[in-house]
Amino acid sequence: MKNMSAKTRRKFLTYAMVVLAFVVCQVLISQRLMSRSLKGQLIPICVYIVMAVSLNLTVGISGELSLGHAGFMSVGAFTGIVTGMWLSKGIGLENGTVCLVLSILAGGVSAGIAGVLIGIPVLRLRGDYLAIVTLAFGEIIRNVVNCLYISVDGRHVHAAFNNPNVPGKLIVNGPAGATGVMKLSTFPMGFVLVMFTLVVVLNLIDSRSGRAIMAIRDNRIAAEAMGLNVTKYKMMAFVVSAVLAGMAGALYGLNYSTVTASKFKFDTSILVLVFVVLGGIGNIPGSVISAALLTVLPELLRAFSNYRMLIYAVVLILVMLMTNNQTLRSTAKRMIPAKFRKEERS
Amino acid sequence: MTQKKRHSSTKMVPAPSQGIIPERDLSERPVLEARHLGIDFGGLHAVEDFNLIIGKTEIAGLIGPNGAGKTTVFNLLTKVYQPTMGSILLNGHDMAGMNTAQANRLGIARTFQNIRLFDHMTVEDNVRIGLHNQTRYGMTSGIFRLPSYWRGEREMHERAMELLELFDMQGLAKHSAGSLPYGAQRRLEIVRALATNPSILLLDEPAAGMNPHETDELMNNILKIRDQFHIAIMLIEHDMNLVMGICEGICVLNYGKIIAKGTAKEIQNNPAVIEAYLGKQKEA
Amino acid sequence: MILFLSYLINGISLGSIYAIIALGYTMVYGIAKMLNFAHGDVIMIGAYLSFCATQYMGLPAVASVVLAVMVCTALGIIIEGLAYKPLRQAPSLAVLITAIGVSYFLQNVALLIWGSTPKNFASVVSLRSVSLMDGQLLISGVTLVTVLANIIIMVGLTLFTGHTKVGKAMRAVSEDKGAAELMGIHVNRTISMTFAIGSALAAIAGVLLCSAYPTLQPTTGSMPGIKAFTAAVFGGIGSIPGAMIGGLLLGVIEVLGKAYVSTELGDAFVFAVLIIVLLVKPTGLLGKSVREKV
Repeated sequence: MKNMSAKTRRKFLTYAMVVLAFVVCQVLISQRLMSRSLKGQLIPICVYIVMAVSLNLTVGISGELSLGHAGFMSVGAFTGIVTGMWLSKGIGLENGTVCLVLSILAGGVSAGIAGVLIGIPVLRLRGDYLAIVTLAFGEIIRNVVNCLYISVDGRHVHAAFNNPNVPGKLIVNGPAGATGVMKLSTFPMGFVLVMFTLVVVLNLIDSRSGRAIMAIRDNRIAAEAMGLNVTKYKMMAFVVSAVLAGMAGALYGLNYSTVTASKFKFDTSILVLVFVVLGGIGNIPGSVISAALLTVLPELLRAFSNYRMLIYAVVLILVMLMTNNQTLRSTAKRMIPAKFRKEERS
Repeated sequence: MTQKKRHSSTKMVPAPSQGIIPERDLSERPVLEARHLGIDFGGLHAVEDFNLIIGKTEIAGLIGPNGAGKTTVFNLLTKVYQPTMGSILLNGHDMAGMNTAQANRLGIARTFQNIRLFDHMTVEDNVRIGLHNQTRYGMTSGIFRLPSYWRGEREMHERAMELLELFDMQGLAKHSAGSLPYGAQRRLEIVRALATNPSILLLDEPAAGMNPHETDELMNNILKIRDQFHIAIMLIEHDMNLVMGICEGICVLNYGKIIAKGTAKEIQNNPAVIEAYLGKQKEA
Repeated sequence: MILFLSYLINGISLGSIYAIIALGYTMVYGIAKMLNFAHGDVIMIGAYLSFCATQYMGLPAVASVVLAVMVCTALGIIIEGLAYKPLRQAPSLAVLITAIGVSYFLQNVALLIWGSTPKNFASVVSLRSVSLMDGQLLISGVTLVTVLANIIIMVGLTLFTGHTKVGKAMRAVSEDKGAAELMGIHVNRTISMTFAIGSALAAIAGVLLCSAYPTLQPTTGSMPGIKAFTAAVFGGIGSIPGAMIGGLLLGVIEVLGKAYVSTELGDAFVFAVLIIVLLVKPTGLLGKSVREKV
């Protein structure tokens, strides 16, 4: 343990933190100490942690601002729902956990494919142009899902575009979204997904590929001169991030009886971006904490629900000003004790 | 190779290479060859009809007044810019259509005039980026920590420390690159470029901002690199002591065109060069 | 044919509104090099102000527009001074996220003041519709005013940036901040001025938008804002004629797409076109490309 590098120690502290939180939650649940509303938030918390960590891979580690992360979540959610419903209703797979795992995998794969298709054009652009195009793709995905009609008829899955006349039981019903979804998602599965995400992202960062991704972020020209294939590594970060978001989407989709495409609007992408920014850009444990807290916070602040988003907005602006303006930063540093000071990039 | 085992520490080594660069004995295949290389920037001929041959383990200098197009030549050779005319051959391979990364994998590495390190990373990680293409384990091995990950990382670590040790930087391995003093940053850039295992190394003003003592050290280092790695080196430099001291062939550029090529002595006596460039130096 | 013409006119009308918003976007981007996400929400605030002035204060339509323009101008200057100016040296991601924060802030302030129930905006244009081809083709007064306003604004801005001292200062600052400062141009004041103009245009666009599409709620501005930015990028960001062309094309594509392909996919069309344009010409239709310095 002694010769462990700071990086490795930090990594295991992150895992320990998540495991501990899970154990505490399980104890609280078994002792019936957890309120109903908070219990209902557990799966969304896991979903948003995965979303934030995966977006941080794109925004913080790869340095490309994506404003369409919810689009991948949407792809994953609807694929997951269709897969889950098909497996349980069509094929008759009884085991809910197996069904859920397969659905999550399907969600990840489909979002990954979407990531490749979107990444090819998007990653040729830079900066604000890239941001606006990811936003555009997010909106296109939402629009397209609104036109999808998918049904399960026995062992067959039927899909139609812009045409509600499909045989069998409709699962995805155009703008009305997915209805009558079975609730397959469980909190332990959420925990497993969070751990999986952390292992993937943290190990990726601390490997040959991750270093290449960060080198390209820090100085693209120098990285190219070192023989790094810029497109390959940008794509790698983007697609891994999309796969994880798709998995989170599947978990999310199978947690509600009704899911519409409008759940994955631009606002959701921004919300996740806010988690990432407030947790620290490039700071993975930061994303975990901020996603968890900011998902629970609205529940706790139910009384202030009208002011919730206003507070969000003000905090967001203040954090950006505090961390990026020299004068304000030095003022803030004097007010905050040294041990609480946030580190810059990991 | 045999006759080049001469200098080790003294500066102002006379460099009696076999004639001026293009006319040299070329029984061995040249490392780098540029033929009629040129680029236009919106009608302006930034570099025109640039011809150059650099032999294996040769140290070549590229000099010229400010704005002569020296860095543009480097950018053309490393494919940062795509030439509008001419061709570049590296170890006999035509580099047409390649990008910077491919050019590097083919064997050309460089440093930058305004240092471009990965400031937030440690010194060792900077070198590991240079070693990127020398180790081959993929994303999956990295994520799931397969045996090839551990093997690859250990090899990278050992090689990086070896390289750093050559330049007395092993003690700085854990420091972040951005926090190093200026001279060390320049050295690190060279180490990082060497890590990519090039057959030719391009140094863009390696002595800029260095004091005479540091410049001496740099000259020794350049000779050391050539002798230990058996690679060719081409450098842009304004410090004439350095250029005249270690370059076996010198190429003078003015307004994007080569105005003279030859050994240090020939360049120093070339009237065109004196007029464009060295004349002022002599007076000073 | 008649139907197509009427769709086309609708498209031009919508496109003119996008163009006015895009002009503000493009000027701000050109000078401050930032994506001002809050721009769309200034539109919404402008529309609400005009709505309040006519409904609660009983002001005439024209006066309500003037009021909206004045308040939005001030708002633009305040936002720039408080939120963006301290971040002049910050990375663009930080500025963008701040802009998103400002956008959320404005939306939620509007939500608190005016509630989430949509307001029915009464058109500020009292001009009668013009009928053509024996009454088969109707062009509404709002459309006429919008198109006219768009042309006037575009010509005005071109003259302003080309021939006045302040306008030339703006162009200088957008080209090179440091050099402009050395030439004695007051950079901060020029940037403020740009935000003021952009916000004034946003107010006008807001009133026109709600006159044509009379549902007003706190999120009214966000979609048109995003689409107008799309238009600005489409036309080549930083270019005034580019914003105008981009806006018009986008409006026409959106309306025709909705009419002939699918109502659900209208927005998808707009964004698909943007993506295609950026891939073919990464700097937009009229944008200039810049070579990276190594």
